[in-house]
Amino acid sequence: MHADTASRLDADILEFMDACLQKEHPKSYLIAVLHKIQQRYGYLCQSHMDQVAQHMQIPTAIISGVSTFYHFFRLQPRGKYSISICLGTACFVKGADKVLDAFRTELGIELGETTPDGLFSLESSRCLGVCALAPVVTINDKVYSKVNAKQVPELINTVKTEERV
Amino acid sequence: MGPALSSYESLYRKFTQEFETSGQKGKIIVQVGSATCEKAAGSDLVRQEFAKLIQASGRKDILLKQTGCTGRCAREPIVGVFIPGQIPIKYESVTIHKVQEIFQQHVIGGKPIASLVLDKKTETLYSYVVTICSSNRCGHETARDTQALLKKCLAAHSVPIDAVRIFHSGCLGLCPKDKVGKQHVMMVLPERAIYRFESEQDLDEIVQSHFVNHRIDIKHQIHTDFITEQFFSLYGDVAFFNKQTRLTLRNSGLIDPESLQDYLLNKGYEALARVLVQNDPAAVRNEILRSGLRGRGGGGFPTGQKWINAVTYTDDPIRYVICNADEGDPGAFMDRSALEGDPFIILEGMTIGAFAIGAQMGYIYVRAEYPLAIERLEKAIATAHANGLLGKNILNSGFNFDIEIRLGAGAFVCGEETALIYSIEGKRGQPRIRPPYPTESGLWGHPTVINNVETWANVPTILLYSADWFSRIGTKKSRGTKVFALAGKVKNTGLVEVPMGTTLRDIIFDIGGGLQEGRTLKAVQTGGPSGGCIPAGLIDTPVDYDTLADIGSIMGSGGMIVLDDEDCMVATAKFFLEFTQNESCGKCVPCREGTLRMLEILERITEGKGEMADLEKLRRLGKLIQKTSLCGLGQTAPNPVLSALDNFQEEFLTHIRDKSCPAHKCAQLITYEIDIDKCTGCTLCARRCPVSCIAGAPRQPHVIDQSRCIKCGECFNVCKFDAVLRV
Repeated sequence: MHADTASRLDADILEFMDACLQKEHPKSYLIAVLHKIQQRYGYLCQSHMDQVAQHMQIPTAIISGVSTFYHFFRLQPRGKYSISICLGTACFVKGADKVLDAFRTELGIELGETTPDGLFSLESSRCLGVCALAPVVTINDKVYSKVNAKQVPELINTVKTEERV
Repeated sequence: MGPALSSYESLYRKFTQEFETSGQKGKIIVQVGSATCEKAAGSDLVRQEFAKLIQASGRKDILLKQTGCTGRCAREPIVGVFIPGQIPIKYESVTIHKVQEIFQQHVIGGKPIASLVLDKKTETLYSYVVTICSSNRCGHETARDTQALLKKCLAAHSVPIDAVRIFHSGCLGLCPKDKVGKQHVMMVLPERAIYRFESEQDLDEIVQSHFVNHRIDIKHQIHTDFITEQFFSLYGDVAFFNKQTRLTLRNSGLIDPESLQDYLLNKGYEALARVLVQNDPAAVRNEILRSGLRGRGGGGFPTGQKWINAVTYTDDPIRYVICNADEGDPGAFMDRSALEGDPFIILEGMTIGAFAIGAQMGYIYVRAEYPLAIERLEKAIATAHANGLLGKNILNSGFNFDIEIRLGAGAFVCGEETALIYSIEGKRGQPRIRPPYPTESGLWGHPTVINNVETWANVPTILLYSADWFSRIGTKKSRGTKVFALAGKVKNTGLVEVPMGTTLRDIIFDIGGGLQEGRTLKAVQTGGPSGGCIPAGLIDTPVDYDTLADIGSIMGSGGMIVLDDEDCMVATAKFFLEFTQNESCGKCVPCREGTLRMLEILERITEGKGEMADLEKLRRLGKLIQKTSLCGLGQTAPNPVLSALDNFQEEFLTHIRDKSCPAHKCAQLITYEIDIDKCTGCTLCARRCPVSCIAGAPRQPHVIDQSRCIKCGECFNVCKFDAVLRV
């Protein structure tokens, strides 16, 4: 499902690191580099972080500290479709907890888990700033607004149908 | 620095000429909102549909534009159709099916569709819109009289009353200094004529000239370029907007956020040019200090003082400015909207700030969760570079300054300034003890000024219109306006910018339109996880930094969540504590362990296992955490719980003593029962029950086995006959 975890980082990411090394305060770009890697591969695997450590001459312990500190970074691969339920305040008062429960029941997985077929993973997010259209769910980059628990099976089916085409 | 002025002027001339020759003038403009929320509501499809129709029509006089978010989120996508000489029309909740209708009937046919108009009040459209300044902050109590007077005059001249719609606006700031509160001001659309008058006779003359002879009454017309004129001439006939005073958001919904031309032609970069010409950084610092601007991120520290501190304690030549756009407060989206709607104003504000403190480099620390805001900022920075507004020798003044974007990675604590600095440095975002404050030792140990997005957005405006002008808006200790993200159980969710000192009632009922039918207001949550719940009884409190602190909440960055009688205060307090507990960076014990223990107690209470002594424990622990935590996150984490305890103690007692949740929110305190009279025996609930605890033969009433029920509520949700009761 995912690229071989031991794979070399893509050339453009190595070039990006090189460019950062030329700038003032090169180590301050660590978070930017990790963002790039996650965007490309979906998560941060140990081998990639080790390559960053070598390339940028930053101790592995520091990289590990940073990648585990920030919620945005994922250390496990995720499903092809990442379902993220906003649990910000506005979504919460508009019933996001029920939407989350519906996804849990429908997919049979808990937050942070991926379905056995590797298709869906379930995550929560902290406020996407679309509060006026709460509750909000994102599936990969697509934003769904005013979602209620009853729409959940349909939403999942739509994705599955698209997947089959 | 003489060259700065001529450089700015030649830039302005260039864009004006481009505007004149581009043939935009006199064209019909179709403007579609484009921000994260607009896109979530489907605005991209709407824009594509318009593009198709315009192309197919072969018309060259129709222009399709994009703009940021107007803040009227609940009615998105919003489409504006602006035909020269006619009242600008805004349509709400436009779907691709409505596009065809709007295009054929209005854009081509010239006839607006009344039933689709934003916040429509009537089915008929009108020829004139009159906006009367009716702020009573200046002591002017006669606005309602002006309306009556105007109606009388219109009737006397036999102007059909349906043709004129009258609206009241918040302070337009158009009174001459010596006649504050003594004169009336009104704006008439579509001519955009602004009239100022004192007597009934004056008004009579205006009506005769404008509405009868269709000529602008030059005698009473005033020529001004007041700050919100552009905004009001487009949106003045929408109740949601005309009570607002839009300073920082004045361009949102008006300009194309990706167009420097639009920004420049709306006074953009004029303030920077003036500052560079004047070439006196100390004067800029003092002007900001005199304006009384306080930090909009929630702290409320005087911005001018912060800037002065940055040059006072050390003569370190390397200095930085930072824009804090790490809007991590759940339920707040002011900064996102501002960045998406008007990125250049932030760049201009930061450039002015950098000049004032002698910084060479600026950073915008923005959440990775805001991809569109990041994209627009990147474009704006590149455009500013290309036009000599960033980089070396800005506007030929000799001043060098550059801005870089740094992405956050989902840590709420990084909104705290010392943590934010560590994060920019590429480290874990854990706060440190202050002093030294960042103004003394910040980024890489150099003096650093960190201001929030909204604070920066205020800077160009203050320097354009003067500190005196700015300090007339708002209250004595809290000057200017504040943007609130109004969300939750209110009809008109969206962004609201009002003068400081506006009451919660005005915000929620006048602008927000009140609650949904049949619901009653229970509390207003301000300040997010660091704030508190203000009970409905205190709704007439004027909103500023100090009064909110007095009633146990905080201004915060501007999140405002409206709660109704269906919301449980214990569950809400628990929700916020779960958030801060999760976001605690773990560095200091009171925050890391204390919030966890408080959360355990709250969980007990919501599960019906609470004890009376728990309330006292919560209070004691909460106060201890407030006093002993290292940073703002910990010091304020107990606020939602303590304020709920103070204002809604009875609700806590009901959970503990009666094991019941009046709002039916706490799952463990709810029982589901089946009403045998209503149950048709359709078996749906029995099939959907995850623990199979519902029994009953088909077409016979079903029964729930309470001993096995896990209270998931699935039966309640799926029942089509309302036969499942929640008690």
